[in-house]
Amino acid sequence: MKTLILILPAFNEAQVIGPVLTKIKLAVKKLPTQTELLVVNDGSSDNTLKIVKKSKVKVITHIINRGLGASLATGLEYAEKVKADFAITMDSDGQHDPDDILKVLTPLLKKKADVVIGSRMLDNKQDMPFLRRLNNKAFNLLTLGLFKITTTDSLSGFRGFSKKAIQKIKLKTERMEVSNEFFTEIKRNQLKFTEVPIKVIYTDYSMQKGVKPGNIFAIIFRLLLRLLR
Amino acid sequence: MVYSFLPVQIIFALFLLFAVSRVLLRLKDSTLTINNFLFWTGLFTLAIIGVVKPELTTIIADKLGINRGSDVVVYASIILLFYLIFRTNILLENLRHDLTKLVRMIALSEKKKS
Repeated sequence: MKTLILILPAFNEAQVIGPVLTKIKLAVKKLPTQTELLVVNDGSSDNTLKIVKKSKVKVITHIINRGLGASLATGLEYAEKVKADFAITMDSDGQHDPDDILKVLTPLLKKKADVVIGSRMLDNKQDMPFLRRLNNKAFNLLTLGLFKITTTDSLSGFRGFSKKAIQKIKLKTERMEVSNEFFTEIKRNQLKFTEVPIKVIYTDYSMQKGVKPGNIFAIIFRLLLRLLR
Repeated sequence: MVYSFLPVQIIFALFLLFAVSRVLLRLKDSTLTINNFLFWTGLFTLAIIGVVKPELTTIIADKLGINRGSDVVVYASIILLFYLIFRTNILLENLRHDLTKLVRMIALSEKKKS
């Protein structure tokens, strides 16, 4: 049976991570893979670690906070070390529906893609708040301009990777700009890429998280620094 | 011909000489690479020449189409400061990246132990 590592980066998610993990654990039982759930606790100062440990889920802890990109890279490095066939990343704030894991996994199982992005724009555009949609469009244009890749959701945190992608993708950015860096890596390593529609669950809690509209300039600057480093 | 310096020239020149002496000390205790040593010594030497012989900056200003020699110094300083800030940002990014690598190594090795 193929192996899958489900990576959840978490920073101060004590409020929601317990129920999120319960739902995911139920959903992974239906998957046609041997699935390992992995939480990357990114130096949380609240009870995130305690709750994750109680949920009996594997956890890797950054002793200090290093950001979303760093957590995803840690998760992918773990997946590479254990020679997983696939890796899927999901947000731990509960905005992703665990039932969509199979949708992201399917193109990987069928070898139709090395990287799968779960797009929030393909199925339920009406659910995304206007400012988020505008912000997403701006980042999609940035992705097209910088990497010549057309995507409908460059900021999605729901992504799937084949073994080849796990081995080839080397992330250098540490924070939110990682979403765009994935496209640099797709382009650089000439990985097969596809998108699948996913549902999105917006709550007051999840709306406080994610890339804010004003972040675009900081992200461009950091991506520039990454290129010049 | 006897040169008479303005007090401001003497103060600036003494400060720049002090800066050169610090650069030499940093090279001596190996905290500065040879490239950085050459960069900073060259920069401070040029600044000393500009302070002692300000008329030279006027010649450069004429060649560049700028009105006054002092304007050349201001423009050059701004460009240099932008460059140095950018270099510092890159250095900081590298340090952050190294720190992350270390944190990741510890996190993964802890996982292995458990």
